[in-house]
Amino acid sequence: MVTVTDIWHWLEDVSDPEVPVLSVVDLGVVRSIKLEGNSAEIVITPTYSGCPAMRVIEEDIRAKLADHGINDLTVTTTLSPAWTTDWLSENGRRKLKEYGIAPPENEVDKSVLFATPTVVPCPLCNSRNTKMVSQFGSTACKAYYQCNDCLEPFDYFKCLK
Amino acid sequence: MNDNLYTYTLRIADDSLILGQRLSEWCGHGPVLEEDIALTNIALDLIGQATTLFEYAASVQNEGKTADDLAFLRYEHDYKNALLVEQPNGDFGQTMVRQWLFDTFRVLFYDALQHSSDTQLAAIAEKSLKETKYHCKHSSEWIIRLGDGTDESHTRTQAALDQLWRYSEELFFMDETDQAMIEAKVGVDLAALRPLWMERIQEVVREATLTIPTNNWKQQGGRLGKHTEHLGFLLADLQYMQRAYPGMEW
Repeated sequence: MVTVTDIWHWLEDVSDPEVPVLSVVDLGVVRSIKLEGNSAEIVITPTYSGCPAMRVIEEDIRAKLADHGINDLTVTTTLSPAWTTDWLSENGRRKLKEYGIAPPENEVDKSVLFATPTVVPCPLCNSRNTKMVSQFGSTACKAYYQCNDCLEPFDYFKCLK
Repeated sequence: MNDNLYTYTLRIADDSLILGQRLSEWCGHGPVLEEDIALTNIALDLIGQATTLFEYAASVQNEGKTADDLAFLRYEHDYKNALLVEQPNGDFGQTMVRQWLFDTFRVLFYDALQHSSDTQLAAIAEKSLKETKYHCKHSSEWIIRLGDGTDESHTRTQAALDQLWRYSEELFFMDETDQAMIEAKVGVDLAALRPLWMERIQEVVREATLTIPTNNWKQQGGRLGKHTEHLGFLLADLQYMQRAYPGMEW
């Protein structure tokens, strides 16, 4: 007998297509799971409005559930409450760092001009002496940084709240 | 269908789509790689916002149309974007001035719209606000850097501000659609946002050592479908694929 907990567990194997080290559960894009008999409903939320990974995530979730014999699945997208990096699990933060992407730091409101920039420690050498190269990086959810000590360039999973 | 809600949603969607299309013209042409990536990232956010807004507009319209139908298969006068966002990219300074005038407005607008009684518009605003704050910081910082930069960058940025200022007033355009939406507690009273917008613009202008043009001649018409000559050319690019190969998907 399949339970909702089983489904949560299966989804831990569905990775984000753009940051494959994270599962969709780590990332916090899976908001809720309902199960009635053999029919399931999964609610997901996009990280960014234009995130091109959403459709792939939906397809991957469908494939994963089909592997376990659940073909009657509704995937619904919700926008509110809006996704925030606070929903990134502790496990997810650790995996990001190990992968070489600096996890989000708690930031003040980013619309504030002239504020002291947030310190983002280098995920490789842990130095706090780093600089932002660009607020916008390889995907919508990342900024581009460089370490002034070990000189490695790295991605920063930027804070969104 | 609710005509006012449809038009109201479409105006927000068209601003996002047209500016997103303009910014994506920079793809491969950015002054430095980081900016190329930044401008296309912002374009992606805007087109993402437009997609959700068009989906909602299509459901309000209830004529069986899709978001793609609305984005690709309307004529020029059916687009309700503000004239500002259809203006050509020009040089990087002109692109940034256009972006900054718009972003500053959009942050205030979404901030207010997230309290809309229409739950879908409120949800879209809540989501989009977070992204728009990043855009606004990016464009504001560039205005300061360019304005308070070299003689060349200052001259160009001031010229861009002189050129685009005439389109800024239209961001606060309101007609009976807005009035109806405000009464229904769906829409935002733009007149209330204007002083806040001006305050933020002036703050950046001061830091950037720029001057707000004294010429008060203003242009408007976009919200009613009357556009500058630039929109037609933009749409020719935007719509080419769907016009040439109707219903094409990839």
